[in-house]
Amino acid sequence: MRTPVFILLEIVIGAALYLLFRRYGNDYLFFAGYTVLQFIVLATAWNILGGYCGYVNFGTAGFFALGAYSSVFFYTLAQSLEDVVPESLQAPLKAILPLPVPVLIIIGGIVAGLIGLGTGYLTLRLRGVFFAIATLALAVVLQTIMVNWEFVGGSRGAYVIPPNAVPVFGPYIQYLFVLMSILVIIALTAARLIERSRLGYGFATIRDDELAAEASGVPTLKLKLIATVVSGALMGMAGAPFPFYIGYVEPDSAFNLSYAVNAIAMPMIGGTTSWVGPLIGAILLGTLQQIATVTISSALNLLIVGLLLIGFVIVAPSGIIGLWQSWTRKKTS
Amino acid sequence: MEFDLLINAIIAGILLGGFYAAVTAGISISFGMLDIVNIAHPAFIILGSYIVYIVNISFGLDPIIVSILVLPAFYILGAVVYQVYYLSFEKFGQESLRGLAFFFGLLFVTEVCLLLVFGVDYRSVNAPYIGSSLTFGGIEFPYRLLVPFLVALAMFVALQIFLSHTFIGRAVMAVSQDPMALRLMAVDPTRIKRIAFGISIATASLAGAFLIIIQPVIPSVGRDYIGRIFAICVLGGLGSLPGTIIAALLLGVIESITSTFYGPSWAPAVSFGILLLTLAVRPSGLLGR
Repeated sequence: MRTPVFILLEIVIGAALYLLFRRYGNDYLFFAGYTVLQFIVLATAWNILGGYCGYVNFGTAGFFALGAYSSVFFYTLAQSLEDVVPESLQAPLKAILPLPVPVLIIIGGIVAGLIGLGTGYLTLRLRGVFFAIATLALAVVLQTIMVNWEFVGGSRGAYVIPPNAVPVFGPYIQYLFVLMSILVIIALTAARLIERSRLGYGFATIRDDELAAEASGVPTLKLKLIATVVSGALMGMAGAPFPFYIGYVEPDSAFNLSYAVNAIAMPMIGGTTSWVGPLIGAILLGTLQQIATVTISSALNLLIVGLLLIGFVIVAPSGIIGLWQSWTRKKTS
Repeated sequence: MEFDLLINAIIAGILLGGFYAAVTAGISISFGMLDIVNIAHPAFIILGSYIVYIVNISFGLDPIIVSILVLPAFYILGAVVYQVYYLSFEKFGQESLRGLAFFFGLLFVTEVCLLLVFGVDYRSVNAPYIGSSLTFGGIEFPYRLLVPFLVALAMFVALQIFLSHTFIGRAVMAVSQDPMALRLMAVDPTRIKRIAFGISIATASLAGAFLIIIQPVIPSVGRDYIGRIFAICVLGGLGSLPGTIIAALLLGVIESITSTFYGPSWAPAVSFGILLLTLAVRPSGLLGR
């Protein structure tokens, strides 16, 4: 399928979903749908580095929170402009603040991408596990900084009050839903493009045998950095609208470990070699969790995710896609 | 006054460092010697803390004695986890991506299980030496730090003797470097790794007892230790027990000074700074080969 056709198809599906929810559903569907869409973006982003290059990122929550907190920063800045900014700067800032959410998404992406670049540059030259450990520690440190940074709420957290409604879309949650759908389209298209380009083949050589790739002239460090930046930026973009979705951001919720677990579990369960895997994993696991949170309890549904992750990496290393492929192969032969 | 504060911070840091060394010992074996990136290690430590807690609260046994009694159980647990890890990942050379995800899942599942059973309340233990302290020349040595420090040192000496003076110990040090040579000596590398991994998890039982003696414990506290553990392990030089002790004491002192002079909420950032610095400047660590 050509890329423009693919994008068109995504838009059609997204629009159909939106109209369906609007016609037959209620606001709760949009709230639940937003979470699932958010997980599609996170899982796809994780997979660009983890699935394509084979480098494990445990810091999804950190990158996600970077996006969320950059939004909180600009929101708080708009609220307390008179107190914190020198007078000469107030007029130009007043003209652009408060920033619209799409701009905040781009800013969140840039911030997370830059942090990814820095961490990657220091640790990606070493063995893969060092990068994994560094990302894990990165999340803890970013959390420490946010806990100590009073301007964005510190450990008490910050309130972000979204407007009740926006023109055209109506309720604010529907507007966020549409924005997140657009992010899903961007993430899926990017992942699919990477997969079929020279870049993707470069990533695959790193995953399969980095030493051989380096020896045959593949610029491995450069490729790994590209993957880290793209993946981190997408996670930051997914985090940027989060304060407006939840209304109240505190370090424990923004840096919740469940983001990291889900971002790893979803591609692992779906299958890591293609963009379809994280999509399937995120839809299945995301929907399952929404149902489990409502019907059972939120602690128990996290246990289910953890157990599914362990079960799948042991029993079905290629995920659902792998199971499907071996099943269809058996059928034809 | 300022000087007194500094001396006390350094002493507290050294005592804390002994505890950090005990926490890191298991990782030094599994990550440093066996090349198994067991990021679930903190979860096993917290599990140890809660077992100590249950027994201490119901029977009043001393936390450290409890942890020594459950050492064999932790050893068996470690051996089982390694067997699963070996059969599912290591055998096929898939440890880098799926093995890591496996341990991450294990970390998460253990934490959620403890959360479901014990809730989010802080739990602590009773022992005669918690609360009082030894005062020596105007400097305070709190027993709740001193006792873990001494037991941790004893554990390290025992481990070091085991590794350098017994056949199995030497085989453990050799296994990640040259499994082929081990095979030629008629030793099964998998068996050696299973034993070593069992020992590494067994140290988590002791470390868990230390942890709950030093501070009240909640299920999620393990995560705070991941950065520290790996920072110490990398800074000390992979697989070097003396390096681990030096690095742990160093980190303990730096953290203690940071929290005395800048506030305890900044302490977690120290380990990450050290980790990044080490990876950037000297990836082989202080005493690395």
